[in-house]
Amino acid sequence: MDTMRDRFAPVLTRLLDEDPRVAVVLAEIGADGFAEALRRHPDRVVNVGIREQLLVGAAAGMALTGLRPVVHTFASFLVERPFEQVKLDLGHQGAGAVLVSAAASFDWPAGGYTHMAPGDVALLDTLDGWTVHVPGHPDEAETLLRRAVAAGDDKVYVRLSVQSNAQGLPVDGEHFRTVREGRSGVVVAVGPLLDAVLHATEGLDVTVLYATTVRPFDAAALRRAAGAAGTDVVLVEPYLAGTSTAAANDALADLPHRVLGLGVGRAELRRYGRIEEHLTAHGLDARSLRERIGGFLRTGGAVPTGV
Amino acid sequence: MTITEAHTRTYGYTDLPALMALMTGDEKHGPAATSTLDVLWVLYDRVLRVSPERREDPERDRFLLSKGHGPMAYYAVLAAKGFLPVDWLPGFGSYDSPLGHHPDRLLVPGAEIGSGSLGHGLPIAVGTALGLRAQGLDEPRVWTLIGDAELDEGSNHEAIAFAGPAGLARLHTVVVDNSSASHARPGGIAARFEAAGWSVLTVDGRDHEALYAAFTAPHPDRPHAVVARVEPKNA
Repeated sequence: MDTMRDRFAPVLTRLLDEDPRVAVVLAEIGADGFAEALRRHPDRVVNVGIREQLLVGAAAGMALTGLRPVVHTFASFLVERPFEQVKLDLGHQGAGAVLVSAAASFDWPAGGYTHMAPGDVALLDTLDGWTVHVPGHPDEAETLLRRAVAAGDDKVYVRLSVQSNAQGLPVDGEHFRTVREGRSGVVVAVGPLLDAVLHATEGLDVTVLYATTVRPFDAAALRRAAGAAGTDVVLVEPYLAGTSTAAANDALADLPHRVLGLGVGRAELRRYGRIEEHLTAHGLDARSLRERIGGFLRTGGAVPTGV
Repeated sequence: MTITEAHTRTYGYTDLPALMALMTGDEKHGPAATSTLDVLWVLYDRVLRVSPERREDPERDRFLLSKGHGPMAYYAVLAAKGFLPVDWLPGFGSYDSPLGHHPDRLLVPGAEIGSGSLGHGLPIAVGTALGLRAQGLDEPRVWTLIGDAELDEGSNHEAIAFAGPAGLARLHTVVVDNSSASHARPGGIAARFEAAGWSVLTVDGRDHEALYAAFTAPHPDRPHAVVARVEPKNA
């Protein structure tokens, strides 16, 4: 199967042809895929070299002239390294852009911690007005990329990963999707972790919601699900554990509820290896998920001993 | 706040000190403010093709104040040129005023960017030049003003090193040099622009004719930097 990132350059090349507002801004990474687009649109495909502050700053300047810049590099160099440019050159200036990242939390484990960005969504959460798409399949990535570019002058982050579910699902760029219905808890699976969550919750009487757009957080969907399945909620996110815990708490603020936030741990593993090994190390493989989700739901409503 | 007096009279260079005196509360940045006064005046009075009526015109020149510290001279010039009412100036820095100690483009009529954190204007100016080029808007020129100490920020060097080889001829940078950088070498500012392929002129930042000549000097196929030297900040 091709990857989400394999879709990125072809989709954007078509969008460059279709929409004169669209521009692509790169910092070497990913430039090879745009060779043909660069020939066709030499002024709207810009590679600034290995200069990530300029990458975001220049995109903001282009946006101020009326273009719709799409900015791409690895997540660590797109959100973390030029974070002040994201905060000020886009947010404070009132400029919009589509930031499309690759490499995610540990897509290249052999590359080590310098190329891992589990904190990207949490960082964007400190800012106002960002839409965050986390597709779980290349087909979904294609749909969400198109939606992101078409979203006026909004600030949109699209988090591409080589991790993927086996099948794509219809996504609308806004809502969570109910994948399974149950009566004893709600599990929200984000992006590429859906397959593992479905495997882990097989035979459990839980509702599974599938989230590919996590900001804005679909509070209404979570409330609806909790209305039928109860207010024990587990979030399973492919980035920093607990990133959406506050959003889930806010969605259920007027109800007694419990939230377990699963995801990538803060501690640096200092390990290389393969993606599967990192999933296991962070407790995100199906077996660990079943243990942790099952354990959390079994204790639901129980009074701790000694109280 | 109403626009009254500002549009019924004309202000000149000699009125700027009185306009600046209307703003109090940011004396810490006084030297930073006065260092830019002559550069700003010559640009807005004689060089930039922009006016209050053309604030939204895609064909206007863009001026991006990167050195947002001590914006009193900037506000005074914008007021003198009718972008904002003179009666806004006394409120400088107060809760209800659009005029902060660092400018906000969403609040200040005529301000192309908000600034304050140093090293953001030149990269945004590069993008502005690229964006105008991509839309076939060949007339507008892009200007940014930075300080000599602001050049310490590495983001400027990303922009300088890109813009020269990219041949962004519509891009102009004025470096107001009041010798405020803690670690600098004589001639270092011009040398860095030159090394990146820019056209560079160094002039007296108080001499209006010299500034005008430097601002309007031809620089085919390459971006242009003007180092405007003024009296040292700590002299």
